[in-house]
Amino acid sequence: MEAKLSFFVHLVRYARGRSPWLFHLNCGGCNGCDIEFLACLTPRYDVEQLGIRLEGSPRHADILCVSGPVTRNTQAALQTIYAQMPAPKVVVAIGSCPASGNVFADSPSVVGPLEKFIPVDVYVPGCPPRPNAILEGIANAIEQLKTKPVTGIGGKSHA
Amino acid sequence: MPSWFALLIFPGFLYAVPMGWLMLWLERKILARLQSRIGPPFYQPFFDFIKLMTKEPLRRASGEDIFYLLLPLLALGATVGSLTLLPILPSSASAVGDLVLFVALVEVAPICLVLLGFLSRSIFGQVGAIREATLTIATNLPFITALIALAYASGSLRLMEIASNAPLATRAIALLALLFCLPIKLRLNPFSVANAEQEIYQGALTELDGWRLGLWELTHAVEWVALSGLIASLAVPWRSGQAILDAILFALLSLVLVVVLTVIAGATARLKLLQASRFYWRWGFGLALLALVVSLFL
Repeated sequence: MEAKLSFFVHLVRYARGRSPWLFHLNCGGCNGCDIEFLACLTPRYDVEQLGIRLEGSPRHADILCVSGPVTRNTQAALQTIYAQMPAPKVVVAIGSCPASGNVFADSPSVVGPLEKFIPVDVYVPGCPPRPNAILEGIANAIEQLKTKPVTGIGGKSHA
Repeated sequence: MPSWFALLIFPGFLYAVPMGWLMLWLERKILARLQSRIGPPFYQPFFDFIKLMTKEPLRRASGEDIFYLLLPLLALGATVGSLTLLPILPSSASAVGDLVLFVALVEVAPICLVLLGFLSRSIFGQVGAIREATLTIATNLPFITALIALAYASGSLRLMEIASNAPLATRAIALLALLFCLPIKLRLNPFSVANAEQEIYQGALTELDGWRLGLWELTHAVEWVALSGLIASLAVPWRSGQAILDAILFALLSLVLVVVLTVIAGATARLKLLQASRFYWRWGFGLALLALVVSLFL
């Protein structure tokens, strides 16, 4: 029974590492990071060979990629979208804005940094970061995704 | 051949699930190669399924949860059931049903998808459901007309007799009309209006998470096997009598169809709902009607 259980846990961890689906959210950024992020999905970097897919719905996603300094307008949407993602989930902060507010810090319309609202697992600094830095951040996020607790089919607690 | 064998082993679950995953992978891989990317490894749909099934979905209202479980299961069961009626092995003609039952079973999955879309109460889900319903009506006109032409030409509603007796001219035109219907039934470009990603996210599937989505992905994989299998099994009139040979021929023909459909999908852009419906009412139905006329006079 023990051996079977650990095989199942290993299989689930490996499957998670091979099929991370991303959801991309701009929290009031200047679009620079978003352009670099979308460059990861082009044939040049081709993230699909790692099983990565960009999803349109947060309910399908495993990794939430946030760019921008979190403005007053986007804060509620950010929290809703984070709550809609099923566990296990990991958050990647792309660029300097979600980490510190960057040049927008102390602006009256900026309420960030990001970690005031949701837990952040990986920071990718840069203004904007290059696609290979973003890919490294996502690879790091995948490693963290694997270590999250494994549940049985339908999310029943297991191991 | 006992019907439990057809349901559970060939062409049922044991064949259909790995084959469906292989087809889903082939679709993504060919699309990637056409865009000069490398594409996902062949075990990708399997790992996607494992991951989705073991996520912790958010709790829904208790009345909704049961439907999220039952609708995909109903669609999956009906689609596997339709597979068992395909005339692949000579002895499978003795299966319980015929063409009418096949059409009924294969249509369960789109109806379940429409219901799921409305159940989600999301605007994207509802738009997806409306599109799916509209296109189901548009595509079933040529689909059923072509099947009627085949049945009339071979003088039987039994799929095995249609496969062996249909005259060549009717068969060629009717199968072409059926092939026209596949992109819409599998939600592929240029008729991927119902699931239109980047436009209405995933259509009816937008609000599904965890195992709810995983079950639906599995159903979609089996839908690929059933619909490409219909054409593959009706295209060849003779059976070798050797079950293994017939099965291999059937599987290879299905995979060729997947390649054809994917190349068309990769080379085209999405049409609008009106354009897609008009295409089916005009050209798809025209072709199916031609098959019917040919079957009446030849």
